[in-house]
Amino acid sequence: MNAFWAILQRDLRVAMNRKVEVLSGLFFYLVVATLFPLAIGSDLDILRRIAPGILWVGALLSSMLTLGRLFEADWQDGSLEQLALTPHPLPLLVLAKILSHWTLCGLPLVLVAPVLGLMFDLPSQYVWVLTGTLVLGTPVLSCLGAIASALTLGLRGGGVLISLLVLPLFVPVLVFGTGAVEALAAGLGTQAYFSILTAMLLPALFFSPWACAAALRVALE
Amino acid sequence: MMGFFFKYAAPQAFYRLAGGLIPWVSGLAVLLTLSGLWVGLGMAPTDAQQGEGYRIIFLHVPASWMSMVIFMAMAFWSFLGLTFKTRLSGMMTAALAPTGAIFAFLSLWTGAMWGKPMWGAWWVWYARLTSELILFFLYLGYIALTSAIDNPTRRDKAGSILALVGSINVPIIYFSVIWWNTLHQGASISMTKAPSMARLMLVGMLLMALAFWMYSIAVALYRVRTLILQREAQTKWIQSLPEVAGVE
Repeated sequence: MNAFWAILQRDLRVAMNRKVEVLSGLFFYLVVATLFPLAIGSDLDILRRIAPGILWVGALLSSMLTLGRLFEADWQDGSLEQLALTPHPLPLLVLAKILSHWTLCGLPLVLVAPVLGLMFDLPSQYVWVLTGTLVLGTPVLSCLGAIASALTLGLRGGGVLISLLVLPLFVPVLVFGTGAVEALAAGLGTQAYFSILTAMLLPALFFSPWACAAALRVALE
Repeated sequence: MMGFFFKYAAPQAFYRLAGGLIPWVSGLAVLLTLSGLWVGLGMAPTDAQQGEGYRIIFLHVPASWMSMVIFMAMAFWSFLGLTFKTRLSGMMTAALAPTGAIFAFLSLWTGAMWGKPMWGAWWVWYARLTSELILFFLYLGYIALTSAIDNPTRRDKAGSILALVGSINVPIIYFSVIWWNTLHQGASISMTKAPSMARLMLVGMLLMALAFWMYSIAVALYRVRTLILQREAQTKWIQSLPEVAGVE
């Protein structure tokens, strides 16, 4: 468990030295969300309708952009190999890396999403539901994305490849994440959607470190 | 029984076995396709509501089944490959992927051709169409990943992990029929209640399904043989094969 916290702290500290790199995912999110009204027009009725979709797809693309870096730097300077050689279980260490990725790339998106929701003129209740789905959904993105990131470690064209592998797997999260807001708009309860998102998050948190560790061992061989 | 499996887990033995099976399986595929098409296009009655246009389902439904079955088969071989570290399993997974992708595409294409006269649209965003499309993307992702890796061992293992992770998506595809209420026809064949279609339609569809099975097996075996030849090209037993001996 100490190793887990050590890795988490180290990753956060390293990230603090490269603030722009960390924030680029967030900027990307803001820019994408800004482009949609410019492309579609400023009709608030339309924007209100498509806002959940835009904010979700934006979060998806943004976390995909940052996934490439999840293991890349550690792999290049050899520390990933060292981690794999330590007596600590690799899945646990990978879980620490996934959590640090979410803290650095997922959490900022969650925090800025309410502001973007207001820009799209979403009523406050919708904003909270949307933010809630992002809280539950973005860690799933980090979990699944970490597997793809480990699988494509060091491959040519890794970035595009990650999107190809991960986007189809993200679909259920996207469907239920945006579905919650639609259910609210239709006057239905949203609790089922939160339950399903949680039901996706927990197995993802549990199983993805294993798949990820297996993929890393394959890449390090 | 296990001895049989272990014997043919060796590429050398499997190469011979596959070579012996291919003519039989492909022969069966041709026979079943001809009889399936004969029953489906010639003998099955015209549908009361959909007219003759429904006959595309004799291609569409078996292709959709096959695209899902092949993904499960890939997950099965991936599991074997990762747990028992057999070389052949990775090659089986790789050999199945293109066929699965083709069937997924065929399913989407024939679905669109059925949808235009029936729904008036080439494409609608319903659960089953969308999940078949996602299955197609999963196949493409697998093929893209494996073709980006040069080292065969890493290629097999990385592909296997991806196939296993993706196979979680296949049940979602199936249950999406139940999850979402859509305009899409309910599943015509179910295991629990009697099928709601004429017997000849069912026979034609099952014949076509068997034909697609045989085709997939034949093509996968052929591809595995090619992969074995590629991977083991340096070994003595390959170089002493009569079909290789003349090639330099």
